[in-house]
Amino acid sequence: MQFTSPVLDYALLAPMLIILGGAIIGVLIEAFLSSVYRLQAQLFISVMAIITSLLSLVLVRDRLSVTAAMKTITFDGAGVLLQGSILIIALLSIFLIADQTNFTAAAATVPGSAQEREAVQAQSRTTEVFPLTLFAVAGMMLFTVATDLITLFVALEVLSLPLYLMAGLARNRRLASQEAALKYFLLGAFASAFFIFGASFIYGYSSSLTYSGIQAAVVGGAGNDVFLLLGMALISVGLLFKIGAFPFHAWTPDVYQGSPTAITAFMAAATKVAAFGAILRLFYVVFANAEWEWKPAAVVIAIATMVFGSLVAITQRDVKRMLAYSSIAHAGFLLSGVIALNKAGLDASIFYLLSYGIATVGAFAIVTIIRDSSGEVTDLNRWSGLGKRSPVVASTFAFFLLAFAGIPLTSGFIGKFSIFSAAYESGSLAILIAGVLSSAIAAFFYIRVIVLMFFKDPVEDGTSVVLPSALTTIAITIAAVVTLVLGVFPAPVLNFIESTATFIR
Amino acid sequence: MTSLTALALLPLLGALFIGIIPSAKVDLIKKFALGTTVVVAMYAIYMATQFKSSNVALQFVEKHEWIPAFGINYSVGVNGIALVLIVMSVILTPIVVLAGWHESEGGRWSAKVFYVLILVLETMMIGVFAATDIFLFYVIFEAMLIPVYFLIGGYGSGERAAAAVKFLIYSLFGGLLMLASIIGIYVNSNKLGVKSFDITVISELHNYISPMTQNLLFLGFFIAFAIKAPLWPLHTWLPDAAKAGTPGTSVLLLGVLDKVGTFGMINFCIALFPEASKTFTPVIITLSVISILYGAFLAIGARDLKRLIAYTSISHFGFITMGIFAMTSQGLSGATLYMFNHGFSTAALFIVGGWMIARRGSSTIADFGGLQRITPVMAWMFFLAGMSSLALPGLSSFVSEFLVLVGTYTRYPVAAIIATFGIVLAALYILIPVQKALHGPTTPGNESLKDLNLREKIAIAPVMAAIVAFGIYPSPLLNIINPATAQVIESAGFTDPAPTENVGK
Repeated sequence: MQFTSPVLDYALLAPMLIILGGAIIGVLIEAFLSSVYRLQAQLFISVMAIITSLLSLVLVRDRLSVTAAMKTITFDGAGVLLQGSILIIALLSIFLIADQTNFTAAAATVPGSAQEREAVQAQSRTTEVFPLTLFAVAGMMLFTVATDLITLFVALEVLSLPLYLMAGLARNRRLASQEAALKYFLLGAFASAFFIFGASFIYGYSSSLTYSGIQAAVVGGAGNDVFLLLGMALISVGLLFKIGAFPFHAWTPDVYQGSPTAITAFMAAATKVAAFGAILRLFYVVFANAEWEWKPAAVVIAIATMVFGSLVAITQRDVKRMLAYSSIAHAGFLLSGVIALNKAGLDASIFYLLSYGIATVGAFAIVTIIRDSSGEVTDLNRWSGLGKRSPVVASTFAFFLLAFAGIPLTSGFIGKFSIFSAAYESGSLAILIAGVLSSAIAAFFYIRVIVLMFFKDPVEDGTSVVLPSALTTIAITIAAVVTLVLGVFPAPVLNFIESTATFIR
Repeated sequence: MTSLTALALLPLLGALFIGIIPSAKVDLIKKFALGTTVVVAMYAIYMATQFKSSNVALQFVEKHEWIPAFGINYSVGVNGIALVLIVMSVILTPIVVLAGWHESEGGRWSAKVFYVLILVLETMMIGVFAATDIFLFYVIFEAMLIPVYFLIGGYGSGERAAAAVKFLIYSLFGGLLMLASIIGIYVNSNKLGVKSFDITVISELHNYISPMTQNLLFLGFFIAFAIKAPLWPLHTWLPDAAKAGTPGTSVLLLGVLDKVGTFGMINFCIALFPEASKTFTPVIITLSVISILYGAFLAIGARDLKRLIAYTSISHFGFITMGIFAMTSQGLSGATLYMFNHGFSTAALFIVGGWMIARRGSSTIADFGGLQRITPVMAWMFFLAGMSSLALPGLSSFVSEFLVLVGTYTRYPVAAIIATFGIVLAALYILIPVQKALHGPTTPGNESLKDLNLREKIAIAPVMAAIVAFGIYPSPLLNIINPATAQVIESAGFTDPAPTENVGK
């Protein structure tokens, strides 16, 4: 590795800079544009920023570089794929966010106050959610390519802070939403503290904060191993919190339930990609040579996460909480890709993240259109007989659930097959067996929802499917089509991932 | 022009067409479904005439790359065993459609959905027997649960939703165990130097893996198939599903889908893992004998006509698995022939029984009585179906049951002798309902039952014809089956035991 002069490679940073630029324009729109045009303007800017960013990413996809920003950012195949996945998921999420009926009229007002009523009557819109989303997206993109613990920490905060705010923007049950935001913020702050604490131990161990420096120290093995272990453990706590792995999952159900559903979709899908991107890079590149130290613990956490998520999901009565626990179980499945620590595991993880993320956005998008007069209906009992009332919506939701359950001909099956085979290839028979068994448990509660929708009679309490907005329809359609295509003809995507996904050092 | 793909796609095409017919035109939908299935049956019979029974290699082979990243191909082909089962499936489907002309009415959804599900299921039934790529087989094996699940839960009677869920959970559990084995095969296939799921390639794998691995891989497959078949003690889902489903669904479930289990035992368990099959044979033979007797005893005690038929099937599947794992060419030929014949005799029982139940409005055996006088044709048909089920000489089941017992006796005389009691019990479990339902005084409420109409006579005629014709002259089937079974036994490394009795010296 040779030293190069401290310059920034703007072409490689462009995808992130474009998103940040879009976010800043969004802030200016909030400040200066009349509220009448804000929604359209924000939507336009956000979509354009994401699409331009995606295009610029495509243009530079073959340029590998460890020096994009003075060794703090590495631009490689895996990074391109992860950033691309985040952008695709963000685009679909923006479509959902554009349906502003789920957002509070004025986030700053006290719930139930006169000011709130005024804002509702004035039909105020929470358009600030667009720049917030873009900031979070930029943070997530940086999170997957950062190769320096300080940069990684900055990215973590850039992606987290907007999410904390966005979690509190729900229109209905605002107190629950604000509670979710506060809970997410407090626990997230703890996690960040753990992370930075771990980073300081790693610095003590290796006298370096760059990945290459730490990796050299791990390979050399000269440092104090206690510091390495403590550092790895504490950094992992920070990252495992973000993915909602057991036992750092406690925030997930409350936050998923309290947040506006469009935000939940974005959070569940995109944050997972970003956090797993960072985890994969850390453990595949930096700590790969210390695998005997972290692997046993990772296996235990992965198994505990998948079993716990699947078991607890069975008892849920709220669709958003159920999806939250299911996302915990999926975090466990995804951790098997980290444990695999081979090329197949990397490919499988990226495929899984993309396919699961898209299906998640689709599933939550459907939750946003099941409503009664006072807003979204998330109580599963009231979903009874949905298949009778709106067969298309219910069938699509059932299809997403089958994808989560890993039934063949959906993307979820290919993802599960590839990730478990990668884990088994690396010798983890325990992961394979635990994964298969918890998949069986998980199948049970997905099927329960299908039974509710199709085999139970409708309840007469005003629950109905509202006509989704055009953008929501587009998002659901794209998600469903991608889930099907990745399940039936996954070859092109798998080949592309296989030939592209590499971590360079 | 003989193409398995074309054969399998025909029903799917029909399903698409039905999809665009307006739901209100129920009659047109039914006629179109019937027409499609008849064309499929004729095409399959034509293909069977083109099959060269002297050639033991797979025929009608097609192969296309599907997911090269995992070495997965779309490859189909049939040997004698698969061909016979495909022919049986496609003959039973139009019969089910015609016999249950009104089954689709009174379901949870429209008749259109019913026939779409039936046709999609037919595509998968052909595909599952034709697949020669293990991954492709698995995909269809799992995917075909979904239409059956909706057929039982949407159009059945009684506790249909619970029965459908029980069926699905059992099957998914087995399927996931099989998935673990398939992942095991995939990872271990590295030892062959190729990434492949091709069944002929993988049949070499057992030479390269440890006995322990082979046993585990075998168990993953076997348990899945034993749930499907079903073998005691994994059978408990079957009576519920058979009772809840419409008669037509139950014919397809017991007649065709359960055969996938026994077919899988031959094509995957024995062909891929001969040593492990040998290891587990004593256990499996024991379970088979228990199934034979247990199913028979429960059938004797059954008060419900549909449950009774389900229990007789458990007994019959005991014979089939016993014949398979006797590992003699006679036993295997007998078992294969048994699968074919059981398809027709169960179809006869369920179809005629279904008519009786629909007319009487009850499925309790005690509610019938004196049908022989009121509805002579229906009563005779039920009697004949019953005789076929108890394997009366001259009817087709006799040939297969005899072959199974002879084939088993040469290797496991004790098992064969105990199993023979199953035949005696069969006489009881058939003759008791025959006596209660057909003879004796007319039970109040039965006086005005109508006899079979023309449509019903046309529907049942081919079934009865097959039962009688193949009872007298089974050679056309055996000529197709024997080379294939001999080849399975030989390539698995077994030889038929030499006769010990020196008769005719």
